Amino acid sequence: MRTLIFLISLACTSASYAATETTTNLEIAIGYLAYQPAPRPLLSNVIPEPTDAGLRGAELALVDNNSTGRFLKQNYSLSSHSSASAEQLLAAAIKQHDAGIRLFVVNAPQTILRQLATQLPDSLFFNAGSADDELRQSACISNVLHTLPSDAMLTDALAQFMALRQWQRWLLIVGQAPEDIAYAEALRRSAKRFGLTIVAEKHWDFSSDQRRSASAEMPLFTQSKDYDVVVVADKAGDFGEYLPYNTWLPRPVIGTQGLTPVGWHKTIETYGAAQLQKRFEKHAQRWMNSVDFASWIAVRSIATAVTKLKHANPAQIRALALSGQLPIDGFKGRKLSFRPWSGQLRQPIALVHPRSLVSTSPQEGYLHPHNEMDSLGFDQAETTCHLSDKAL
Amino acid sequence: MRRLLPLSALMLLCQTSLAATAYVSNEKDNTVSVIDLSTQTVTETLDVGMRPRGLLLSHDNKLLYICASDSDRVQVMDLSNRTIIKELASGDDPEQFALHPNNKWLYISNEDDALVTVVDVDSNIVMAQIDVGVEPEGMAVSPDGKWAVNTSETTNMLHWIDTASNELVHNTLVDQRPRHVEFSKDSKRLWASAEIGGTVTIIDVEQREVLKTMNFEIKGVHPDKIQPVGIKLTDDGRYAFVALGPANHIAVVDAKTWKILDYLLVGRRVWHMAFTPDQKTLISTNGVSGDVSLIDIDSLKVTKSIKVGRYPWGVVVTP
Repeated sequence: MRTLIFLISLACTSASYAATETTTNLEIAIGYLAYQPAPRPLLSNVIPEPTDAGLRGAELALVDNNSTGRFLKQNYSLSSHSSASAEQLLAAAIKQHDAGIRLFVVNAPQTILRQLATQLPDSLFFNAGSADDELRQSACISNVLHTLPSDAMLTDALAQFMALRQWQRWLLIVGQAPEDIAYAEALRRSAKRFGLTIVAEKHWDFSSDQRRSASAEMPLFTQSKDYDVVVVADKAGDFGEYLPYNTWLPRPVIGTQGLTPVGWHKTIETYGAAQLQKRFEKHAQRWMNSVDFASWIAVRSIATAVTKLKHANPAQIRALALSGQLPIDGFKGRKLSFRPWSGQLRQPIALVHPRSLVSTSPQEGYLHPHNEMDSLGFDQAETTCHLSDKAL
Repeated sequence: MRRLLPLSALMLLCQTSLAATAYVSNEKDNTVSVIDLSTQTVTETLDVGMRPRGLLLSHDNKLLYICASDSDRVQVMDLSNRTIIKELASGDDPEQFALHPNNKWLYISNEDDALVTVVDVDSNIVMAQIDVGVEPEGMAVSPDGKWAVNTSETTNMLHWIDTASNELVHNTLVDQRPRHVEFSKDSKRLWASAEIGGTVTIIDVEQREVLKTMNFEIKGVHPDKIQPVGIKLTDDGRYAFVALGPANHIAVVDAKTWKILDYLLVGRRVWHMAFTPDQKTLISTNGVSGDVSLIDIDSLKVTKSIKVGRYPWGVVVTP
């Protein structure tokens, strides 16, 4: 459908680089593919989600790459395509592939990601859109790396904090969408992993308008055996926004609403993050979110690898990423890297409230023999994936 | 009695070495703390611009330059009466800067704009703006005045600016997120820290070649937490001190053999450092714990910590 080609020209660089000798530039073309279905109707629809999440992050990273690239004679370009149809997205990917693109950033559900990766086996895909746990645990795809944190990483980050705060008894509330059910599954796993108890589980299937009757509906709905905290799985924000302050017992709400684990948020400012936030806001005229960040760091990871390798061969970028020898700077206070077994980018997870950063996991004291960040999500022993053993 | 004698002698020594004043910028308080080093107490807290970070002194120690990052300016304080007398056209978001030995040309990193701005501090005229990599941060001018070197945190490079022409003439790729550069007193070596790379690179200035890339290792501290930031070199060429950020330690390096001699435990997230004029004491700013640590250089021991404002960042010391 809408195809935008960003070519950051070298013409804008000033005369002060005249001193650098001129040989041919290394051209690195990256494709950005987004699946954008029409949004489903939501109860809590007051604050709309940005429709260009992901793309803006990739664009900013392209600018970052090219400002470095001009010193290293690398020139990055981005072709982007978004579509409401999986078939059209696949067709666009093939077109980009025909034009020579072998590196892709994908913001799409796992079914579409899987189709793309199977269709173009000689290309490397960065998953910036799907938090699906299977992709990192049992059904890893050999030509896919993940920059978006998985559900398990998010819920482990939350559970560590809960365990530390001694909020041990959970009331779990689950929405009806498949991604809510998957998130709830991740929550159950995390609860077990960190020794927390789910005292009751309820499934949201009400059809009343909560904007008018939240105060009446939610207290009744959250009646249960005593709990320390209400844990909610409602990714799209259908009903969860009405839970805080409306629970039967005066308890905090966490999960997809209330205290939320995220890959990125406006309130992250330390370790140089303030500068990334400013650059992003200048570029996109809005706050950076987790999908923007995942797309940004995917494109930055490509540049980090290309600078090291001095070429853009997808198989070798993949091999370098999975070798553990590709430290990535993600403004998160730690050196980030890809897990050799699943291709998941290790990263700290922020626990945020809409206007404040509450904590960052891994929590102090959760030790790990190799890397504390591997206490979040599927560790090597918990997965059947061995990506680094195979070549592309 | 016998044991007391050397102790009192040591104390006397400390007293003389510490007759100086330290200025510390508090990033989240918009203030500068003034520490009397003879009494080791904060005697005054001065209001300055927003998000003060880099600090430096004029070469005659009369003026204090302050990077007020969020106010988008460099402020100039007259230290005789501790009032702001001037604000310089610094460009947006100044973070670190360096003053040419001529006491006139100020080289400023503009973090948001990927620029280095050169300002004549007397006339307050921008002499040049030089394009560098993304998020320029560290800034140093060689003591012989020939080179200004800037580090760009996201581009991972050292940018060499010829001060005669104010043009960028060379780039050196180093490890991830270079934060600080420091020249040796003879202008022959350049030391650069890489925060995410976890390394310090030593470069031969004449050839602009990397001589050594140093790694650090502290027992009981995860390697990811070792994030070198500030570097200080003693004038006698004996020691290099490297602040290791959230590792909460300062590495002591033999500046000749490049061997790591010791790691000194200081406050949390140690940023930058400054020597007293006699180079007997080193002061470090510890961002997260909100204090400064004093280190005795003869014994290489941390002797004292002094509470300052929130998120102390830069530090300088006047006689």
